[in-house]
Amino acid sequence: MTEYNKPLPEVTQDEKPFWDACKRHVLSLQKCQDCGSLRLPSPICWNCLSMDSEWVTMSGRGRLYTWTLIYQRYHPGFAEDIPYNVAIVELEEGPRLVTNIMGCSNEDLRIGMEVEVVFEDVTGEIALPKFRPAVRPVQTGVTAMKEEG
Amino acid sequence: MSLKDKYAIVGAAATRFGRLPGSTTVGLTVEAAKLAIEDSGIDKSEIDCVLTKFPRTGFVNLYAHRIAQHLGIVPTIAAEIDNAGATNATLVQYAAMAIDAGMIKTAVCCYGDNPVTAARGTYEGSRGNSAAYGLFGAAAGYAMITLRHMHEFGTTSRQLGVVAVSTRKWASLNPNAQMRTPITIEDHQNSRWVAWPLHLLDCCLVSDGGAAVVVTSAERARSLKQPPVYVMGMGQMHIAWELTHRPMLTEAGGRQSGELAFRMAEITPKDVDVAQIYDCFTITPIMTLEDYGFCGKGEGGAFVEGGRIEPGGELPMNTSGGLLSESGMAGMQLIVEAVRQLRGECGERQVKDAEIACVSLQGGIMHTHSTLILRR
Repeated sequence: MTEYNKPLPEVTQDEKPFWDACKRHVLSLQKCQDCGSLRLPSPICWNCLSMDSEWVTMSGRGRLYTWTLIYQRYHPGFAEDIPYNVAIVELEEGPRLVTNIMGCSNEDLRIGMEVEVVFEDVTGEIALPKFRPAVRPVQTGVTAMKEEG
Repeated sequence: MSLKDKYAIVGAAATRFGRLPGSTTVGLTVEAAKLAIEDSGIDKSEIDCVLTKFPRTGFVNLYAHRIAQHLGIVPTIAAEIDNAGATNATLVQYAAMAIDAGMIKTAVCCYGDNPVTAARGTYEGSRGNSAAYGLFGAAAGYAMITLRHMHEFGTTSRQLGVVAVSTRKWASLNPNAQMRTPITIEDHQNSRWVAWPLHLLDCCLVSDGGAAVVVTSAERARSLKQPPVYVMGMGQMHIAWELTHRPMLTEAGGRQSGELAFRMAEITPKDVDVAQIYDCFTITPIMTLEDYGFCGKGEGGAFVEGGRIEPGGELPMNTSGGLLSESGMAGMQLIVEAVRQLRGECGERQVKDAEIACVSLQGGIMHTHSTLILRR
């Protein structure tokens, strides 16, 4: 196996629970314990400034919000993938993530298409949440589940 | 109380643009400052404030203080400010506020950078952990915004091309512009993809260069050699740090920034004679024209068609060639061009009887925005 040569996320203390969950193939975001707002990893709630939060499991389903196909060589690790897609997915629960869409040709990408999370184990420590066309129907306004374990 | 018409730009200048081997960020910044101070005719001993924008090529500790020392200025206020591409217009605003607060009398706002011959810095960097997914530089983010605009409003690639073709027409009239050879919509359509749906000709230049302005009170301005260019209105808005955190991608901070500036100036977009609208990518002026109310939301693509923003058009826009064709620098040159248009110095590209100019700067991936309304 060739060595993984793309940039890896920088795992800060704030983001560690997110990446730990990814390693277990669970997509988990922070939920404010005071106002219930969901957020990507952050030490504070952007809505009410509460610093009390819990990590909750997302359904892993969402819709393709927008994307681009990169033709420019920015990093040697992506050179062979050109043109590759970079996408923003809106989860059923609301938050949006920067990601890539797998399992689908770039020609078939459509705004609004239903996608579900798939984890790519890129190193022993890091699994990147990516998305592929959804098998089950995607809803909106889904309530997050409290994470167990 | 409103600052409308109380402060003025009395000096404005730019260096050469393009590939400038041997240049340094400090060298370009102080050269621009020197040229602007000379243009104003003011003695540098009167300048008690130095405001700068961070060079994109890298962080420099106490940058404004360093610039001030090189210029032999001992300022009451010195600051380097980071609002990305929106910064240079915010420098003018902070200068006016500082004078109004009684802290200073005259400021030089200056910027220089050399991303072509030195490090590309943020041009190829990434935000947060998005590099793990291959998201680098600015084009990809603007491409994702463009696709949303196309999806929501039916904007077409050919309409984006109109912005590129129009600004190039203006650049052909500007001896200091980097790209002066006229282009067609077909040239735009045939240029290579950078980040689909953006072609190469949707993307601005990357340039070395510097530009600067001198700001003082309207009262002091009236006894100086240049006709004063008054600051009628100003606005800013900084909406988010990450694309994913914004409720929508097809409206940016321009709406609130423009509202503030037009309200302060007590005019509407219809009163604007010449517009300098930050065009880092072709989608940017299309969205800014909408957000400012030059046209309705979603109508920007159609608005720029039919020669409206070209030489001789109803809304002369980016009359120096903008970031797309004159210089890819971060916007101070657009303020300089607005000043020159209002002074009537623009020769072949002069907009006849231009009295009111609107300048829009913005940065990040449409994260930051600043607006100046200027008049002669």
